Formats: sequence, structure tokens, C-alpha cells
Amino acid sequence: MSRNRVLTGSRAMVEAIAQEMRVDPTVFVMGEDVGPYGGIFSSTTGLLDEFGEERVRDTPISETAFIGAGVGAAMAGMRPIVELMFVDFFGVCMDAIYNLAAKNTYFSGGNSKVPMVLMTATGGGYSDAGQHSQTLHATFAHLPGMKVVAPSNAYDAKGLMTSAIRDDAPVLYMFHKGLQGLAWMAAPEGASTEVPEDPYAIPFGEARVVREGGDVTIVAISMTVHHALAAAEALAKDGVDAEVIDLRSLVPLDREAVLASVRKTGRLVVADEDYRSFGLTAEIIASVAETDPGLLKSAPRRVACPDIPIPYSRPMERFALPDAEKIRAAVQQTLNRAVA
Amino acid sequence: MEPSKDQLLWMYAAMAKARHYEDTMARAYMEGKTPKFDIGAGLVPGEMHLAAGQEPCAAGVCVHLRAGDTVTATHRPHHVAIAKGVDLNRMTAEIYGRRDGLAGGRGGHMHLFDPAVNFACSGIIGESAGPATGAALAARLQGSDAVAVAYLGDGAANQGAFHEALNLASLWRLPVVFVIEDNAWGISVPKSRSTAVPDNSVRARGYDMPGVHVADNDTLAVFDAAGEAVARARRGEGPTLIEVQTYRYYGHFQGDPEVYRPKDEVARLKARDPIDRLRGHMLDNAGVTEAEADEALTRVRAEVDAAFEFARQSGEPAPEDALEHVFA
Repeated sequence: MSRNRVLTGSRAMVEAIAQEMRVDPTVFVMGEDVGPYGGIFSSTTGLLDEFGEERVRDTPISETAFIGAGVGAAMAGMRPIVELMFVDFFGVCMDAIYNLAAKNTYFSGGNSKVPMVLMTATGGGYSDAGQHSQTLHATFAHLPGMKVVAPSNAYDAKGLMTSAIRDDAPVLYMFHKGLQGLAWMAAPEGASTEVPEDPYAIPFGEARVVREGGDVTIVAISMTVHHALAAAEALAKDGVDAEVIDLRSLVPLDREAVLASVRKTGRLVVADEDYRSFGLTAEIIASVAETDPGLLKSAPRRVACPDIPIPYSRPMERFALPDAEKIRAAVQQTLNRAVA
Repeated sequence: MEPSKDQLLWMYAAMAKARHYEDTMARAYMEGKTPKFDIGAGLVPGEMHLAAGQEPCAAGVCVHLRAGDTVTATHRPHHVAIAKGVDLNRMTAEIYGRRDGLAGGRGGHMHLFDPAVNFACSGIIGESAGPATGAALAARLQGSDAVAVAYLGDGAANQGAFHEALNLASLWRLPVVFVIEDNAWGISVPKSRSTAVPDNSVRARGYDMPGVHVADNDTLAVFDAAGEAVARARRGEGPTLIEVQTYRYYGHFQGDPEVYRPKDEVARLKARDPIDRLRGHMLDNAGVTEAEADEALTRVRAEVDAAFEFARQSGEPAPEDALEHVFA
């Protein structure tokens, strides 16, 4: 009988990895500081003790080599889970990701597969500045051949990780630092959730309605789900009943869930911590517009990081990153109301 | 190469200044973050990587440099910035995220830029190597005898950018010096578990350039090796790789639980403190008096204290200032 406990995002991730490692000897973990340290954002805590150094491998600071090696190991029958410590660091190793991992299946006509999980920390909010605070969802989702997931809570963190490990495609598992439940970084209340002990998988491409409402649809992912929920609570006091959708994965993208909600509400706000232009927010709005622009009763709005590097100083970083108040204001605009 | 008395005093002052800076920053950083460490709380924002113990790498190299020479540093940049002469008031204000900072608070502690002394740094491992190579190329193209110095940690020697830059610099015989600060740790991973060779200076051989290893955080040996390398670069004879075995007294970042580190390591390292050793050498062998050394110490401590006061007095930037300076 499966028991539920409240877990942090990081503990939920680690539990999924450990459970898969116990039953599948091809699963192993490598990355920087994943061994004794347990991952800078606690994504591998305790794995070294249980599985040893052969299967939980600290790497040199050589992302091109070890992500490339992950691709090769995956093609040779393993299921590597490779950590890119900060997503911002993709700059030194993108070729292994988007030209190898993402394309080898296609280039082999489906005869080769790359069942690799690349897990990576995203997000700002703690003044780590522009090389350590980006979200970059769209950078990866834009490039064909990779599945891209971004959990907003511990329950999803476990179920999406289990699916990622079992998937035969390369999966980019983008976890927000601020949702990990780290002792040294504040997390929103809803990030830690009840998590069943038994293994379970959450299918990719299934968005979740986290709050039902009839007046406006707020589409969010990862950290912005929490901002959206807080905004919805504030809006409820103004008599606005907002529906909040957590996409959970960017690739595949559950456009149907968005359309179903917008059919009901007729109003749309999309929130993403990634940069504003050419991103997830535009993709969602385009999906609605090209399906049936008549669904929208007012112009859709997006809440995202303006097109600037993420600033270091707190007032400027707060200005740049999405929050509940910015989402609330955007919703008010879709309702053609003056913002208080 | 023997340092003159003036050079000894300059290095001593630069090292003492950097040490006092880091120790002061360590305290300032924890204000508002105790008893429970929360990276988002307190006076000083963001991550904090301190370089106490690594001062010989900064002073022993930068003593040979001029304002027109370029230095690119790492995510642990303060000691090098101080030795290169970066405006200390504005650097400190930047680290405090204040309006009067070098970048008005946009960059912070890992992104310090002072074009007045050709100093820059990056938070990405290994990304000092390419830009220093490019600064050296610019000097060549501009007919100047300026040189460039790239600082890297020992972990960065396993990055592609490092190897590619070494090859390019050697191929074009560019006036650049690569200085690896080997503090034995890449966050939690010891060098012995990340690097196939115990001494990265041997890697110079693969790129047909001199490679020099400096043991035991020895300021005088850094001075000697860097003096030769900088002179060689200025003469147009090409790049040099120097690896300095140095010490890191603090954790990788402030708040690092350091579970990976032997408990007695820092005490052992502090017993061989490079600033104390340099002072001993100056007094015993170079005719420096106690009064001269103390005067230098008093002066640099006052400069550091004034810089922190400047930062504290500087106002917060306006939120919408974030939109400025994306493009030139």
C-alpha cells in the first residue's frame, strides 16, 4: 500500500531517480558535484551512498565531454541522467545537446535512440545575475528532437522524472531552483506536496488545471504556476474567477488544454519566467490565434522577463521577473479594467 | 627574478588589501542571513565566492602589469580586481547592488567590469581564456606592447575553451599569460578526481608554450614566473601557462556546507599563510621595517573600510533602470 508523505521538489526528484536505479541497472547519474555534495540544488542527495561511485559519477567541469558522453552511453544501451548544473551553462556544451542528443534519432531514421535525461536548474529571484538566473525554456523547446518538461511541484517532479528516465527520447528536465525546497532558498508554499512512495509516471503533454475558473485563463509553468495561483487568489477578492493551467511540459505541449479553457473563459494571460520575445508565451497565444482567433474576447497578455539579461540588484531583478502582481495586472487588462 | 623593495611592499599591500576585503565581505554578506542561511536575504545580494588565501596569484602577477594591460578573471574575482586597480568604491557598490556600482548594480560580484584598467570577469568557468586571447590579439593589431592575463581555476583547465584558447594563442604567438589558480577544489570535487594530470602546467607542452608550476602558494615564485612570462609576452615571444598551487580558506561560496572538505584542511593551510610569509621575508631579507609594513597595512585597510562605507551609502537603483544598457 503506497503511503503519501509531504516531500520537497528535490527529494521527490531523487526518489524517482533512486527507484528507477533500483530496478534498471542501465540508469546512472553523472554531473558536477552530484556525488558527495549531492547536487548543488540537492538533485542527487543520497544517491552516492546507495548506488556507489560507478553509478553516481562526479565529473570534471567538462560539459561538452560528459554530455557528449551521455549521448554515446545512451546510444550504447544505457539510460544516463546527466546534470547540467545551471541551464545557463548550456553555452559551453550546446552542440552535444542540440546537434547530437536531439538529432541522432532522426538522422538514424529511428534506428538509434538516445534515452538520456538532461536535468538542469533554472530560474532567478535570488540575485545570482545574468549568467546564473535564466530560465531558457524556449531555447530548448524551440529545437526539435528533445522533450522538455518543467515541474511546478514535488508530485510532478517525481512523476515527470520517472517518465523522463523511461522515455526513449532525450528529455530536458528543467527544475526551478526556487521550487526545490532547499534549506537555503525560500520556496513557495505549494512547491512541497504529498508524494506517493510507490513509483508512478506522469505522461508528458498533459497539462493540469490547478484552479478552475470561468473568467480568464492563466497559463503558467514551473515557478509562474505559483505566481498565477497567488494572482488568482487576489483576483477572487476582486470578483474575478481565474482558471490556472500548469502546462508541466513544453514538448510535447498540451495545446488542447489551453484551447478548452479559453473556449470557456475567452480571455488569456500567459506567464513564463523566460524571456518575453520568441518564447512560450508567444507560442501559447499563437496556438489559440491560429486555431480560432474568435475565441478571444480581448487581447491576450503575456507576463515574462523583458528582453534584458537578468539584473543582479534586487530592485531591478524584481522589476524583471514575473510575479503575482504582474499577472494580476495583466488579467485586469484582459478584462479591460483599469489597474489599481 | 627578485622583487625590489617597492615591489615587495606593493605586493604586500595588494595582498593585505584583498584579504581585508574578503574578510570584511564575509561578515557583511552574512548580515541578515543568520541564524538560518537564506541566499535571498540580508544586505549583500546573490552568491559570494571569496578568494582569501589566493592573494599571491593576484599580486605576484599584477605587480608586473600596467593599466593598459588586460586582465580577465573568474567567478572569484575580488583579489585580482584589487591587484589590477579596479575602482574599489564602485566595485563594492556593485557587489552591494547599488546605483554607484561599476554597472549600476546590473552585474554584481561575478560580473565586474572596469574598462579604465582593462579588467573584466565572468561567472562561467573557462570563459576568461578567449577574451584575454582576444585582448592580446587587439594589442598586436594595434601595435601596442600591452599584454593580457587570463585567470582560471584548476577546474577550468578541463574546459574546451581553455584548450582552444591555448592553441590559438600559441599558434598566433599572442602576448597572453594564462594563470591557473589551483585551489585544489572544483566546488566539492578535488583536483585528483577531476583532472588526469596532477600538474596542469604540463599541458602547455601540448600547445608548444612554456609551462611553469609554482608550488605552495609562494608569492616570490609567482612573481618570478609571472615576471618572465609577462616580459616574454611583451617581447612578442608568445604565451605562457602558469599554474599556482594556492589555497582557498572559505568555501566555494559563502553558505557552502563544505561537507566534502577535510576538517583540518583550512587550519593547515592558514599555518602557511602567504601574507605572513611575505611579510617575514620583507622584514628579514629585504630591509623593510615593521613600521613600513604596518603603514601599508593601515592604509589599505582604511581604503577597504571606506569602500564598504561608500557602498552602504549608495542608493538602490530604480527598478526600471533594468531596461537600460542592453545595447551600446
